[in-house]
Amino acid sequence: MKVLVPVKRVIDYNVKVRVKADHSNVDLANTKMAINPFCEIAIEEAVRLKEAGIATEIIAISIGDKSCQEQLRTALALGADRAIQIETDENLEALNIAKLLQKIVEEEKPQLVILGKQSIDSDNNQTGQMLAALTGMPQGTFASVVKVDGDKVNVTREVDGGLQTVALNLPAIITTDLRLNEPRYASLPNIMKAKRKPLVIKPAAEFGINLTARTKLLKVTPPVQRQAGIVVSSIDELVEKLKNEAKVIS
Amino acid sequence: MSILVIAEHDNSILKAETLKTVGAAQKMGTDITILVVGFNCQSVVDSASKVNGVGKVLVCDNVIYEHQLAENVSLLVTELASDYEHIVATALTTGKNFMPRVAALLDVAQISDIIGVENSDTFIRPIYAGNAIATVQSLDNKKVITVRTTGFDAVTTEGNAEIIALNTVTDAGISSHISDELTVSERPDLGAAGVVISGGRGMQNGDNFKLLEGIADKLGGAIGASRAAVDAGFVPNDMQVGQTGKIVAPDLYIAVGISGAIQHLAGMKDSKVIVAINKDPDAPIFQVADYGIVADLFDALPELESKL
Repeated sequence: MKVLVPVKRVIDYNVKVRVKADHSNVDLANTKMAINPFCEIAIEEAVRLKEAGIATEIIAISIGDKSCQEQLRTALALGADRAIQIETDENLEALNIAKLLQKIVEEEKPQLVILGKQSIDSDNNQTGQMLAALTGMPQGTFASVVKVDGDKVNVTREVDGGLQTVALNLPAIITTDLRLNEPRYASLPNIMKAKRKPLVIKPAAEFGINLTARTKLLKVTPPVQRQAGIVVSSIDELVEKLKNEAKVIS
Repeated sequence: MSILVIAEHDNSILKAETLKTVGAAQKMGTDITILVVGFNCQSVVDSASKVNGVGKVLVCDNVIYEHQLAENVSLLVTELASDYEHIVATALTTGKNFMPRVAALLDVAQISDIIGVENSDTFIRPIYAGNAIATVQSLDNKKVITVRTTGFDAVTTEGNAEIIALNTVTDAGISSHISDELTVSERPDLGAAGVVISGGRGMQNGDNFKLLEGIADKLGGAIGASRAAVDAGFVPNDMQVGQTGKIVAPDLYIAVGISGAIQHLAGMKDSKVIVAINKDPDAPIFQVADYGIVADLFDALPELESKL
């Protein structure tokens, strides 16, 4: 089966983001960027399905300007067979991303689309579910175990209070949670090989979708900083402070 | 300005978070309806009808909604949506699962995890793990919103809403439930607990989490963990507090052997009082803690338990 894996270029998870002085947005100039960690887990899962003989072809896709080709090359180095870049200079909302992905799903007809559950920049947690709605497919969100079984896929999901397992008819959408797998590192030979794998560029405008923004970002501010408190010297002092100063225990 | 709030429940109990979600909805408008979708969920309906500020409770009680599968629930909510300007759910795993599906079916954007309401179309939400706070205006006629409940106060429960049973059955027929494996605990829910004590990588292994249990029990609290502790396999993921786990804001949060990575702070920094126990005096957790103690947790925890 064909597996489609959408990936997003985001700020590296180790980098602390700064808000611009004019509060118009965050400042990403000269910031280290990387593949969204949840998207990396999605690629790994697809590669494992291929290694298990279940997936036959893995297509990585990203939507953005030329710079997102870097993340597509990473996906190819990790084991994707080919890549598609939908080119746009706009920072599109989840709904519009899902609409573009829907077009690719219609073209490529994958049996599984595996996405990260959220990106660590906008923290929306929407794209997979929206793509599922638009394509009429079932969804296994926040997956920690994925088992393909004939014309169904069983997905164990991380839910409040534990785990839930659902059976989905294929084709289906899966979004990854942290414990699904531990992504591998790309080897140097695979990084070199990835440079020769096919990467097709399609302008977003070609799809004839109205990509007008539905929300307006009015401002971005730094969060209220907590003041560091005091360091106490003993457990006795801690218990005394919690009882009499903070009054949170009795 | 009609608002539909979808109740968060497990077919027997209306989750306390729903009261906070209604609190958020009250800042968007006044005409609030709660939808209870589930199976054999009469006790939830009874609780929902007592939520203050709610005019009506719609009930869709059918076996196909027993596990609140996103494919089925989203079709139902989309069908009901025409009467409402705001569709609001709690940003817990159920709401996070079906709400974007609703938004896409309605062809509108979703605004996720709001922590504040400026007015009926403008909302405040954290981005970048809470390291930036965005003010976002919705340009859609209909607003689909999930609420991070730590940002809102619960409404009280002496109301008396009208209960209306619906017979709508929306079975997408493309997914089914197989099993649940829920953690059984005598302790309160992480999200609702007044006290949370969490362990990090410093706990060294899963067995050592027992050191937290006595303290949690004495304080009537819940036990959490950092992502590092979950990744290391010490404890299950449903205990994770952080950007990618649960967001909590208890009265007292005790971080034990947790360095204080950005993504952990995102899940607990709105707690009223934060205590940090860590042997590394330079750990970033001390920068947000109200009370810190530089100590080996294996000495500090038994002593703390004995003195509570």
